[in-house]
Amino acid sequence: MTTTIPEQPSPQGAPKGTALLEAKGVIMRFGGLTAVRDVSLTVGSGEIVGLIGPNGAGKTTFFNCLTGLYVPTEGTVSYRGTVLPPKPHLVTQAGIARTFQNIRLFANMTVLENVLVGRHTRTREGLLSALIRGPGYHRAEARSRERAMELLAFTGLAGKAEHLARNLPYGEQRKLEIARALASEPGLLLLDEPTAGMNPQETRATEELVFAIRDQGIAVLVIEHDMRFIFNLCDRVAVLVQGEKLVEGTSDVVQSDERVIAAYLGEPFEGAPADEAEERENDR
Amino acid sequence: MTDIPITTAEAVVQARSDAHRAAPFVPLPPAAARLVTLAGVVVTVASTFMSWTYTTEFPGDLTVSGYPGGLQVLTLIGAILTGVIALGAFRVKGLAWLNPSRSNNGVLLLALGTLGTTWYTVIDIAAKLGGMANLDPGGFVAAIGSLLLFAGALALPIDRHPVEPADAEYFELGRLSGNGPTVGAYRWLREARLNHSDLPVGDARRLNPWLQRLAVVVVYAVGVKIFTYGVATNYSDIFIGYLIVVSFGFLGLGATGLLRQFRQITQHNRRFSTAIGVLAAVAYPFAQNNEHWANLGVSILIVGTVALGLNIVVGLTGLLDLGYVAFLGVGAYTAALVSGSQFSIWSGTQFPFWAAALAGMVVACIFGVLIGAPTLRLRGDYLAIVTLGFGEIFRIVVRNLDGVSGPKVTNGPNGIAQIPDVSIFGYNLGDQHSFGSFTLGRFANYYLLMLVITLIVVLVFTRAADSRIGRSWIAIREDEIAATAMGINGFRVKLVAFALGASLAGLAGTVFAHVTNSVVPDPYVFSGSVPPNSAFLLAAVVLGGMGTVSGPILGAALLYLIPAKLDFLARYELLAFGLALILIMRFRPEGIIPNRRRQLEFHEDAATASDQPGTPGDDTVPVGAAGA
Repeated sequence: MTTTIPEQPSPQGAPKGTALLEAKGVIMRFGGLTAVRDVSLTVGSGEIVGLIGPNGAGKTTFFNCLTGLYVPTEGTVSYRGTVLPPKPHLVTQAGIARTFQNIRLFANMTVLENVLVGRHTRTREGLLSALIRGPGYHRAEARSRERAMELLAFTGLAGKAEHLARNLPYGEQRKLEIARALASEPGLLLLDEPTAGMNPQETRATEELVFAIRDQGIAVLVIEHDMRFIFNLCDRVAVLVQGEKLVEGTSDVVQSDERVIAAYLGEPFEGAPADEAEERENDR
Repeated sequence: MTDIPITTAEAVVQARSDAHRAAPFVPLPPAAARLVTLAGVVVTVASTFMSWTYTTEFPGDLTVSGYPGGLQVLTLIGAILTGVIALGAFRVKGLAWLNPSRSNNGVLLLALGTLGTTWYTVIDIAAKLGGMANLDPGGFVAAIGSLLLFAGALALPIDRHPVEPADAEYFELGRLSGNGPTVGAYRWLREARLNHSDLPVGDARRLNPWLQRLAVVVVYAVGVKIFTYGVATNYSDIFIGYLIVVSFGFLGLGATGLLRQFRQITQHNRRFSTAIGVLAAVAYPFAQNNEHWANLGVSILIVGTVALGLNIVVGLTGLLDLGYVAFLGVGAYTAALVSGSQFSIWSGTQFPFWAAALAGMVVACIFGVLIGAPTLRLRGDYLAIVTLGFGEIFRIVVRNLDGVSGPKVTNGPNGIAQIPDVSIFGYNLGDQHSFGSFTLGRFANYYLLMLVITLIVVLVFTRAADSRIGRSWIAIREDEIAATAMGINGFRVKLVAFALGASLAGLAGTVFAHVTNSVVPDPYVFSGSVPPNSAFLLAAVVLGGMGTVSGPILGAALLYLIPAKLDFLARYELLAFGLALILIMRFRPEGIIPNRRRQLEFHEDAATASDQPGTPGDDTVPVGAAGA
């Protein structure tokens, strides 16, 4: 499996609208290990795209390449037609926000402060204006707080603004991560396993939240192991196996693809670890 | 202050959960325990009016019957405080407000403090003067009275730490494995732990606003008095007694919930209490007319201010800087070079103070950027080691810029001496000035100048901490990867913190140069027996409380005062230093004045209890600007 498999030439498989994010031939090598092999992916505006694959397939590595945490060995990532610099803060400034697989909140800051940190790129007040505290500073600060409270209301956390992030229950921590990411006013939101560890109700709530985010005109790229979640949610799904994109297309196309099933059942690939998603697939 | 609404008090009683354990250490009927405690108070108080020893050789003259002197005063204060808090704990009408948490823990801790200082005195008399024969009957009465007081307090129901499930398992395993005595001792220690942090207290913000303000004024006045008393002690014996009473008094009042209520009040009346705090600090040189004490005050303010600047780097941004004192040195040397001293290479130029201060800040800032730019790409231990290196490089370079080993700039190890005193609008800080009945000497003048600088630094710290840039510093400290993913340019933000910290140290350095009259390279080391040095500053931040305003100032005050007062420590100062840090890391890792965030971080079990909504903006940027 060293050759690239072309995208499925399906009419529904093409990105809707204009291309927002375009990753072309991304390769990521760590020494002798190639974690991501020549993956191309396009996300159109207003789209929800899923990225699935067995554990260790390179999904998160690919995410890190997109957001500048890793510098891809080869290939380019462009957003709205401009190639992204390999610096996380510049990527966020350009309009791509993300959440993390293992929650990375600022645990000892309040919920509101967490979201305010997310506003960092959309505000300009530096040290001097913080020291002088002119009217402009107060205006900007008030606007930030207002926007942050809106986002907390949007994610259903408004009542917990003054709690410390570390004291939130797990599901709410995930929501807060999303609210924090939305605070940077992104055009594209990358969610890394947003429902991991959630119960079915929480998963459904997250699903609705993602739809609501999309309805605000923000495209979403989501990594997830919960197949029901992915297939309900996504306009398109890409399958990553051992660092390569196996197939991309609508839910139906992906679900019926034999190679995907084979990849998840683990038969043709040595060393592909089993995971919960596999079990869920078996349940069907 | 008795008008805390009844409803609150009832709610307090009801809110005590069943999970809470309260048990005496010594079994006695409750009435008997109270009686013994109060009897102990009375006997101890009475003993301080007797003579404790025959000779006047012991510091403080304890030979006089009729009024207390020296260490007797400390015993008297401890005993009265214990008695009053005990009456509060026993819900005596009109005094119940003195013990809002209704816990006996405060009584126990204060009794322990009284016992400590009394027994220390008695033993010290016997040891110093050569035997028990030197004790008057009064000394024995005091020893017995304080012991009675402590025994009574031990028999009161004491609020304990809840038993942890892991402990129970461990004890059971220990019992089965046959290590009975060891595990038993450990078990006793675990179960003896006091706990009063989660006891509910009434809301002091409901008090009459004028009473609240009165409370603020009284507490700050008492604070100045306590501080001045400590500074004024002229024997290390008395200072040790003072330390015992003050620290147990602090712990004991904490256990009563009074400190929590006071914090509520200061937060509720933030502007007022800040103003009173500043006033209290200004009052210090006027309250006494002693140049030596004023000198101590200036030194404490200088190291406290520098520690506060370091707090931006270490406490807020989480960058361990072990060479911070170099920036103080940069500021001091800059001020010295433009001071007009004849040893400066520019002996002709004499900047006015404001220009020298600005120059010190700017040059320190430039050095901060120069050192920060390459080093801030490193993280954690690597950064610490490299900053340690740069700190030493500064000192060695300054030593060698003497015209022999290098260009002549700093005059090498001899330094720049004879720095003239600062003159502001014709007011020469080196001269004595009289205002009515008050006289301000040289150090008092510098104290006031330094106080202005400290207030500027406090203002800069609080404003920077509570802003977009301050939030990004804390975000970097919490999780650098997540912070950069949120669009924070980690390197730039860290560099701003580093440069700001450096400039504040440089600012303090300009005053330091003038106060000490001369600058030499030797004080700017990583660790030494004389402050300021980097280890001292770091210890002040850690001891006082990272991320807070008053913490580093208080920490610096303690670390400066204690060795200055206990001359016998001189040889063991670094040892004592290390010991103090180990103890604080073990028992109070968040520092003396905890930042709300830090406290939650280190005491996870208390997190849910104390993090109720409705108490926003807690102690991250506390009031009480000066440590007085």
